[in-house]
Amino acid sequence: MLGAVDLACERGGRSLFRRLSFALRGGELLRVAGPNGSGKTSLLRILCGLLSPTAGAVHWDATDIRRLREEYSRQLVYLGHAAAVKDDLTAAENLRITCTLAGLSVSSREIQAALETFVLDDLPVKRLSQGQRRRAVLARLVVSESMPLWLLDEPYAALDAAAGRLVEELIGGHVARGGAVVYTTHQDTRVGASQVIDLDA
Amino acid sequence: MLEAARCIVVRDLLVAWRRRSDVATALLFFVIVTSLFPLGIGAEPDLLRSIAPGVIWVAALLSCMLSLGRLFAADHADGTLEQLLLSSEPLGVIAAAKACAHWLVAGLPLVLIAPLIALQYDLPAPLYPVLALSLLLGTPVLSLIGAIGAALTLGLRGGGVLLSLLVLPLYVPVLIMGAGSVEMAAAGLAPDGQLLLLAALLVVAAAFAPWAIAAALRISTE
Repeated sequence: MLGAVDLACERGGRSLFRRLSFALRGGELLRVAGPNGSGKTSLLRILCGLLSPTAGAVHWDATDIRRLREEYSRQLVYLGHAAAVKDDLTAAENLRITCTLAGLSVSSREIQAALETFVLDDLPVKRLSQGQRRRAVLARLVVSESMPLWLLDEPYAALDAAAGRLVEELIGGHVARGGAVVYTTHQDTRVGASQVIDLDA
Repeated sequence: MLEAARCIVVRDLLVAWRRRSDVATALLFFVIVTSLFPLGIGAEPDLLRSIAPGVIWVAALLSCMLSLGRLFAADHADGTLEQLLLSSEPLGVIAAAKACAHWLVAGLPLVLIAPLIALQYDLPAPLYPVLALSLLLGTPVLSLIGAIGAALTLGLRGGGVLLSLLVLPLYVPVLIMGAGSVEMAAAGLAPDGQLLLLAALLVVAAAFAPWAIAAALRISTE
């Protein structure tokens, strides 16, 4: 499904990683490890096409993602470092908008169910705490079963134990269904990663 | 494709509605600037009548600039811009929707309020439709061209000033033709030529600006 060939990334004149290659098939979980500033977020941004690598290429089903563009975007869910929710809109409004933009058609009942899974009231996001904000973002995973590739940047950050378990279950379920997941984390999780890339090495 | 574009327009209008004060500042700026001139110049109807088109158009340009800085900066700050870049539709469509929402929030109110402003300048009533029509054709061009500048200066320090320096010179043709059409009508000539040129500018901008905005966004978010 997802392949990286000889990826290299330079940010601000500093080389973050070089000659990075891997292949990820459906049903596999790839964990990107490394200390702060080692290029985990940059790698994820390269994988989803937001950032061009200094060298190398990312392939989706053996085609360069730069040629696929939005065709590739339709296959993936990327949850970045920033919360990607509008403060003035409610959690449900935010979720509906993100889904429409991603090309997913979801009913209001599914959206309501996704928010209930993460125990969220339908309040304007600016009135939610940091952790609740993350929950509002992660609720998207509940309705994104049909997207084959999930790219998650620090999905466990700012979450309490219950929400963390929920995310583990969602990731586990997605992998079991044959989806591919790439994620970065500092924490130890119970979901066993089938591949680990350590950017420190 | 239209679904995604409609979604963005609705989203931006909803955000604007919940932050009404932001929208009101740009509109109030337009009203106050255009009201300062009659106050400063005094009761000289002939002079006021002759400067009215130019002053109203320049104020519209500046008022449009005020809200441009926030066009992509807010989305950039909260991370929603990344999701827009990764949406299921071509980025050009998304960019066009953003510019359209900007015009509905920052341009359309100016068109509606301009005849009221013209009253302060003692502009003859037959000129109101010409003024409104010129703004109706011209302000979308301001939003489209301005969005290119806003995308290019995204995330730069002092981006606001740079944005003005970048975009205002590009506004000159719109200003000349917009104000020119009203002046022509005031002189008793047919303003059709200028208005048609404005319409042509709008068509060209609507066709090409979205792709330029998309390219600029990709560059500045790397």
